[in-house]
Amino acid sequence: MNKNSVAGNNSGESLKRALFDNKVIIMLVVLCFACILIADTNVSYIASEVFTRFGRNTCLVLALIIPCLAGLGMNFGIVIGATAAQIAIFWVVHWGFTGIFGFLLCVVLCTPLALVFGYLLGKLYNKTKGAEMITGLVLGFFADGLYRLFVLYIIGGVIPYDDPNLLDRGFGLRNAFDLTGNIKYALDDISFLTVLALVSILMILSTLAVSLHDKKKGNPMDSKKIGIRLVTGAAVLVFSFVARMIPITNQLFGGTRLIFTDAALFGGLGLILYGIMGFLIRRSKGEKGPGKAIGTAVLGGLLMAGTVIAPVREIYQSIQLPAAAYAVICIFCMFNNWITNTRLGQNMRTVGQSRSVATSAGINVDKTRIIATCISTVLAAWGQMIFLQNLGTFNTVQQQSNVGLYAVAAILVGGATVQKANNKQAVIGVFLFHTLFVVAPLAATKVVGDSAISEYIRMFISYGIIAVSLAMHAWKSAGGNKNKGADAQTAAAVAVTSGASDLPDSSS
Amino acid sequence: MTKEKFKKAIDVIGLPRLIVFCFFIAIIITAYVNGINVPSFFSSTIKYWGMWCVLVLAMIPTIKCGIGPNFGISLGIVCGILGTLLAIEFEITALVDGMVPGLGPWVAMLFAMVISAAVAWLVGIGYGKLLNLVKGSEMTVTTYIGYSVIYLMCIVWFRAPFSSGEIIWNLGGKGVRNSVSMESSFGNLLNDAFGFYIGGESGIYIPTGLILFCLLMCLVVHLYFKSKTGLAIAASGSNPTFARASGINVDKMRVKGIAMSTMLGAVGIVVYNQGFGFLQAYGAPLQMGFLCVASVLIGGATTTKATILHVIIGTFLYQGLIIFTPPVSNELLAGTDISDTMRQIIQNGVILYALAKAKGGSSHE
Repeated sequence: MNKNSVAGNNSGESLKRALFDNKVIIMLVVLCFACILIADTNVSYIASEVFTRFGRNTCLVLALIIPCLAGLGMNFGIVIGATAAQIAIFWVVHWGFTGIFGFLLCVVLCTPLALVFGYLLGKLYNKTKGAEMITGLVLGFFADGLYRLFVLYIIGGVIPYDDPNLLDRGFGLRNAFDLTGNIKYALDDISFLTVLALVSILMILSTLAVSLHDKKKGNPMDSKKIGIRLVTGAAVLVFSFVARMIPITNQLFGGTRLIFTDAALFGGLGLILYGIMGFLIRRSKGEKGPGKAIGTAVLGGLLMAGTVIAPVREIYQSIQLPAAAYAVICIFCMFNNWITNTRLGQNMRTVGQSRSVATSAGINVDKTRIIATCISTVLAAWGQMIFLQNLGTFNTVQQQSNVGLYAVAAILVGGATVQKANNKQAVIGVFLFHTLFVVAPLAATKVVGDSAISEYIRMFISYGIIAVSLAMHAWKSAGGNKNKGADAQTAAAVAVTSGASDLPDSSS
Repeated sequence: MTKEKFKKAIDVIGLPRLIVFCFFIAIIITAYVNGINVPSFFSSTIKYWGMWCVLVLAMIPTIKCGIGPNFGISLGIVCGILGTLLAIEFEITALVDGMVPGLGPWVAMLFAMVISAAVAWLVGIGYGKLLNLVKGSEMTVTTYIGYSVIYLMCIVWFRAPFSSGEIIWNLGGKGVRNSVSMESSFGNLLNDAFGFYIGGESGIYIPTGLILFCLLMCLVVHLYFKSKTGLAIAASGSNPTFARASGINVDKMRVKGIAMSTMLGAVGIVVYNQGFGFLQAYGAPLQMGFLCVASVLIGGATTTKATILHVIIGTFLYQGLIIFTPPVSNELLAGTDISDTMRQIIQNGVILYALAKAKGGSSHE
């Protein structure tokens, strides 16, 4: 009942539990550090590489969360979403659209395609309930075959595609598809100030829309909250325009990339202010203890301190953040959270926990699963667009084939399981997985003395992580099904020994 | 009425099987019409049938013991590669040939098979114990274990301490080279044994030794599943509850089935390598598991039911399709090879169909 006192009495036990719950993450962190020590390379290089990869890959990983919620497990079928994005790119480049407009056109074109693919995938998943993951995997290979047929024989062969520069021998696209000069960095090159302006406009509009909607329905409104939101939005909007005029801020925030030093300086300042404000509010409400607010402030302080310490500053300086891509990642995260809290999201959760319960509660199980798959496929298509515009050139036939593998490995590294995944796990997972992805080959090359081994190491890490975590998960759930009574007993025993009077949340 | 009958007939035969069969017939007819040398391609089909037969046969034990097709056959495959490499490393062919001329290759092959089967048996038992822990999601887990093992072994091959000049890289140093020639050990041994042509030198070549060996392995598997243990394995696969009630240790039987499958995979890759003439260590076996699964499914198996006849028919149809498509597509589409794409679509389409069929009944859980 009183969790605080229990935790206080048994801080050792709770620490143990925390360590056990995060064993995958801890293992990976240790592994990453070991590899960094062995590789003995420039940390700035690793940091900048990891942040680039983070901006590139995270959206694809975030596409996995909703199907997981609906009980579909890890959706290896996001490969077909990536395929949709690539097909859209072929035509947009062919028509000669460039820059952000070309990028947006790609997004608009690939969405209906991804919806159709997602619908078909959902239908298939409904036919193979309980074996979705292997189905998704095999379907990925199957779709690869169809896509290859399309790219190598149908484009230019059946469908007219008059572009000798892109075609290989009269029909079929060339093996490498170059995006330089058309949509490479289309999204990444948007400056931070533009992103701020867009976000603030979005914030103002959404606040207005919500308040109008509430007014129509006659719901009670929190006018103070709406006011704060509107004022903040307007202030940010004004700042984004004024900053353009001032040379210093324009230099800091108006460029195509945001240097991490600046971001850390101002972000850290913001975090400190936010933390102190939160602390003061807590105090004014009469609550005791430091709470989370102090942690936030300390984090901000650390971030800022880094800008003064020379070696850290050097690392900071090498990291260049594409503001728009990171903003899209935030929007994806917010979207996932929002869906989870809607009625649809609740239905998905019910379906994910038990299909029979969902059916008896009047939820259309098959339809809910199809919707989840569609959302995932569309998000994957957009994610692949972000990936490709950052990469700049891609392998026409094979680029999409490993999308599912890397995304699933990343989210599992973050501590997600087949049944439970959230944004936090996705973000942590991408960081850890890609750090390992960068440093493990370096370390292996150092040890073995031959760089040819790095590809094997990468593939082994990806497949190995998935194999181990799937096996561990299946082991747990198989054991749980076999003797639920015994499980409950052990859980109770654990609860008694740890002195907790209520069962831990994770068991529910 | 007739429509219903028709539907039922298709259900019995299976849609993908029907499509693949018709496709195969159509391709052979097209080949004839276009003046392609059909007998020589038939010879290759028979040769490749023999090379793949034992590998595909490895699917039978796992399907019978209720795990479904063994996507993780790569585990057996790497054991077989290890055995073959050891046989080359110890130069068994030359060693035995020095004592009894002509016997060398046979002893080397036997050595490779026995060593790899023994290793595979041990690996298979561990693997089976693992799969007993993950009941219900075996197919996903086996696929990923299969993949990760291949890449793990890639790292091992890269620095394996072999010393034979046949195995290590040309420039010297350590590690296994990309493709190791088997000419000096037992390459093409079974293919050439008692081989003869039907209809002269340009006719169909029958690799008698290979066919006999495959049939022998089929017979062994058949007899095994007629034995007491084999029946127990089949029973624990088809109805675990009933099997448990009649005193069968289901988990133990599953382990036995998986170990047997892994062993067959190890022997199968030895047979494959001798027929291919080269041993390919690194990424080559990556998709072999899928190919084997698709073969047995094309032959008429489902994820819960498979017979030796399914293996024989399925391997023949699939290999025939793979071998006949390139020349025909070359002829029809003016110098393009569409066969790899076709293979990918057919192979995975067949597996998808089987998955959809297998789980279709449980949609109202």
